[in-house]
Amino acid sequence: MANDLLKSTNLPQDPERATLEGKNKFLGFWFFLGGETVLFASLFGTYLALKNSHLDGVPANELFGLGLVFAMTMILLTSSLTSVYAMYHMKNNDAKKMNLWLIITVLLGLSFLGLEIYEFQHYVRDYGHGFTTSAFSSAFYALVGFHGAHVAFGLGWFILLIVRNWKRGINLYNAPKFYIVSLYWHFIDVVWVFIFTVVYLMGVVG
Amino acid sequence: MSTTATKKAGFGSVLWDYLTTVDHKKIGILYVFGGFFFFILGGLEAMLVRIQLVQPDNDFVSAQFYNELMTMHGTTMIFLAAMPLLIGLMNVAMPLQIGARDVAFPFVNALGFWLFLLGGIVVNISWFTGGAPDAGWTAYAPLSIFSEGHGLDYYSIGLQITGFGTLMGGINFLATVITMRAPGMTMMRMPLFSWTTFIASILILFAFPALTVGLFLLTFDRLFGANFFDPSMGGNVVIWEHLFWIFGHPEVYILILPAFGIFSEVIPTFSKKRLFGYSSMVFATVLIAFLGFMVWAHHMFTVGLGPIANSIFAIATMAIAVPTGIKIFNWLFTMWGGTIRFTSPMLFALGFIPSFTIGGMTGVMLGAAAADFQYHDTYFVIAHFHYVIVGGTVFGIFAGIIYWWPKMFGKVLNEKLNHWFFWLFFIGFHLTFFVQHFLGLMGMPRRYWVFLEGQGLDLFNLISTIGAFFMAAGTILFIINMIYTQAKAPQASGDPWDGRTLEWAVSSPPPYYNFKQLPLVRGLDPLWIEKTEGNGKMQPAEPLDDIHMPNSSILPFVMSLGLSIAGIGIIYQVDNPMWWIVAVIGFVIFFGSMAVRSLKDDLGYHIPKEELEKEGDGSNG
Amino acid sequence: MILALILSGCGEPFLSALRPKGQGASDIFELMILSIAIMLFVFVVVMIIYVFVLLKFRRKKGQEDFIPEQIEGSHTLETLWTVVPIVLLLILAVPTVQYTFSLVDTDPQVSAEGEEEEQLWVNVTGKQYWWHFEYDGMDVTTSQDLYIPTDRKVYLSLHSEDVIHSFWVPTLQGKMDVNPTGNRNEIWIDAQEEGVYWGKCAEFCGPSHSLMDFKIIAVSPGEFEQWVNDMQQVSEDDTPESQVAQAGQEVYANNCMSCHALGSSPNKIGPNLSNFGDRERIAGVLEYNKENLIEWIDTKGEEMKPGNLMTTANYDLSDEELDQVAEYLMSLSPSEITPENAEDGEYIDSDLSDLISNQEEGEEGEGEESEEDSEENSEEESEDSN
Repeated sequence: MANDLLKSTNLPQDPERATLEGKNKFLGFWFFLGGETVLFASLFGTYLALKNSHLDGVPANELFGLGLVFAMTMILLTSSLTSVYAMYHMKNNDAKKMNLWLIITVLLGLSFLGLEIYEFQHYVRDYGHGFTTSAFSSAFYALVGFHGAHVAFGLGWFILLIVRNWKRGINLYNAPKFYIVSLYWHFIDVVWVFIFTVVYLMGVVG
Repeated sequence: MSTTATKKAGFGSVLWDYLTTVDHKKIGILYVFGGFFFFILGGLEAMLVRIQLVQPDNDFVSAQFYNELMTMHGTTMIFLAAMPLLIGLMNVAMPLQIGARDVAFPFVNALGFWLFLLGGIVVNISWFTGGAPDAGWTAYAPLSIFSEGHGLDYYSIGLQITGFGTLMGGINFLATVITMRAPGMTMMRMPLFSWTTFIASILILFAFPALTVGLFLLTFDRLFGANFFDPSMGGNVVIWEHLFWIFGHPEVYILILPAFGIFSEVIPTFSKKRLFGYSSMVFATVLIAFLGFMVWAHHMFTVGLGPIANSIFAIATMAIAVPTGIKIFNWLFTMWGGTIRFTSPMLFALGFIPSFTIGGMTGVMLGAAAADFQYHDTYFVIAHFHYVIVGGTVFGIFAGIIYWWPKMFGKVLNEKLNHWFFWLFFIGFHLTFFVQHFLGLMGMPRRYWVFLEGQGLDLFNLISTIGAFFMAAGTILFIINMIYTQAKAPQASGDPWDGRTLEWAVSSPPPYYNFKQLPLVRGLDPLWIEKTEGNGKMQPAEPLDDIHMPNSSILPFVMSLGLSIAGIGIIYQVDNPMWWIVAVIGFVIFFGSMAVRSLKDDLGYHIPKEELEKEGDGSNG
Repeated sequence: MILALILSGCGEPFLSALRPKGQGASDIFELMILSIAIMLFVFVVVMIIYVFVLLKFRRKKGQEDFIPEQIEGSHTLETLWTVVPIVLLLILAVPTVQYTFSLVDTDPQVSAEGEEEEQLWVNVTGKQYWWHFEYDGMDVTTSQDLYIPTDRKVYLSLHSEDVIHSFWVPTLQGKMDVNPTGNRNEIWIDAQEEGVYWGKCAEFCGPSHSLMDFKIIAVSPGEFEQWVNDMQQVSEDDTPESQVAQAGQEVYANNCMSCHALGSSPNKIGPNLSNFGDRERIAGVLEYNKENLIEWIDTKGEEMKPGNLMTTANYDLSDEELDQVAEYLMSLSPSEITPENAEDGEYIDSDLSDLISNQEEGEEGEGEESEEDSEENSEEESEDSN
């Protein structure tokens, strides 16, 4: 009985939702993302209310350059796509290919995070735009930084799962875990699209 | 973990059992006790507040201490008493009511409890470290930014921890209701308490993140030099008010809807009639929850949002009276034509109806934005929300605790003592709070440490304080009753109240796997159907088979502990960077346990069929 | 009506929202009565059913096995108790919306002849834990006691210098928050009778929140005009009559003046003391007598108003000096118009056009004047420090 869960042969069509536990996780995680949406919505609201309170500091339209941010956006969007490939291979019970695509996803995520750190450093060093500079800067770093922390957490999660399941393949027990982390990754990606639009595009234009 | 249930065990093993349990019934008991502990604490704070206000110009406590008392009274009662008590009852009753063996995420359930408890303890540690939070439970910025000492830091960190726990609990209940219902238990056959659990969980899910963000910003302002709410740095103090009330108003419905659910169980049971207008009750619940998200600004009529916004929010607020009214009339007509038994849970339900009607009436009055210019932030508001929260939620909680006590502990609380308890509490409640309506209109704002002589406020304040002592006496009687009952009362049957829903189809307390065979549900009030149309016992929906059970785990406790340690480290790193070490240790424990949880396979275990066959019937005690 | 009579017995006439003395409070009171009447109707209906049910359907002896009919519901009844409340709420909603707009409408009123009202504006500043009032364009400043003319609207512009406060005079008008950021809230008040009305801070603002009282002193328009004229004459150089007070002035100049202003400008850290001799209360709450005043100055109000800013002031006065400065402060009574005039029943009419049109014509001139004033003052201060 119990051991069936860990066998990686004869997997059903949707291994991530084949067990009650898997279904629960799937559902529960969607709810969690609902809560996260409110979380980010509140941060967006705060940012919008404070984005013009830059005091003597640099206003948004002088601060942001779109080139770097656009590259970051592309990287993150691509990583979402690669995680879809990974899930595709998971459903076909092809652990090797799944791991390959997951590793690519992680690498893309890492480069996104690296660029973000570079971006922040650039603002602080070249513009004196630190976390405590003004209400605008606090709101900016809170929103974008909070997203960055989510990316970092997601990367840690991916790596942990890849390492743990490196040798034993896909089974009914770990399939929901892979599926959920990729769901999380898509969510982060969607949030970034909003950040790109609301913070950067609207910041440069407005 | 052994598969045989409870045997006589030493204190150590019982403690370990509760520290590691993932059984929803035990977690429910933990929640109820944790919540009740904080209820007593908040009650003590309230008593000190009332003693201070017994006469004009009193100097029983200092201004600073008074502010800490009233802040902690509000914070404790809302976050650490009322909500955990309700979540406890949900844990005890809801899975049984829908015919489930456990909740969807037993591990997360335990995590939710430990986060709540340790977060609550973190908030209260502030009493011993130089002063509790003192900016009111609403912690309006910038007062909360300027507040000296670490009180407000404890507030924001502690509430983030408990809030996280509550969110976990909410998600857990949502998934449980959706996937774990017994065969035949359709959504529209669910008992109303399960329905309100479901709806309240949705509210938790969408309301708490707003609070989390607010507290997060507050923490950053206070500890890391951010400027969200600091006027001199371009911050905006109204953002806090919005975030707080976007959470805060749904919170009110998180508190009241489950209480409605409890009354919707108690009233039919003791009237021997099915709930009148079941589907309109469900509809009204959903409608209240929906509207609950659109009225937060009625707490902010005087902030200066402008007459257009005020009018819109005023009308939305008044609209909530309609579904609430539907509920009141449905309860009345449930009793109409029944045979009413005046048991103590029923007394609380009956006490609730007029009390809550008054609270609802003053709610509509407050919703009239123009008139709110006079009511706002006065004792009228205090009276209103105590009529709602005590007259609704607390009465509901007491009704629920007494009603489900046999399911938790296998005994029925002493009825005679409970009747005394009810009358003391009920009379004390009205004495305390009814006059406060008038105090507010006569010009007494809330959160006043002293009121001056010669303002005509003396008499009603005195009456109010006397009432508070009645409530305290009632509560003490209830504690005595708990101890007395556990020591003296005989073992209760599975169905001591002649119940109608599934939790009464199993023994009191139920076996740890709840149902040997999942029951087949044939309609609303399934047990009642079997009593009147069948042989009085639930028919099984599946053949007897192995039962899959989750493993116990200490990790939820360790994770919560880690997070609390990290929180305290973060509070004190402003004084001395060495505290970062503590914070890092805390985070390592937290994320480390999370990683362990993720790395270690936890497949649960099975109770073999043979063992189940050996044990008794399991149904109807 | 009966309800209104019963309720109006509640509370003191200078404090209770149930005994309105101004247009705003009366409007709200009317709305309150309407809402209470509707709500009482609902309550009575609920209670009649409730009592009937409890009496009629309690389980009687021998009924233990009786099984009542299991009724699912009734569409007629359910529709009834959905529709009736909606109608009741609509009745309440109409005046609610109307007053929600009118109570905060601070645009100039236009009379039937199409003439625009000349508005009297006061800038109100809330601080922990006192209130500051500047009469717009009149060169008059007070703290704690706000003099207003009866029978006309006085428009207030509210702002806070620290945390959020809320401006509330229950007998005259509903409250309005006093915010440190964002919007500068505006509201009007008016008094229909002369009198001293108590005002309170209604938004929790710290340890002495409950002691942040102020007074509205409503006098007839003519008296108000006189008061303004008198107040405009106040200067720091006015010498008091008695010798003790003159000594007190010296003490004041050396210890108090850096925080407390006399005359209309400039604003300083502490309350303006121009007409301290006419104050209703000390620090808004304490009984007005010399012992209290001396104790206040001596202890800096540490116990009398916990958390107030004066505790950080750096001075140390001997008993004699305390007595002198108290004598001086209590002698500061620049105007014949005092709170007593608000209660004497004497009514002098005026349309205040002198005051208010002054304000419009001479706005620039006044501005210059006040600048000059402040220069003078700062010169004096620097002399002092030398």
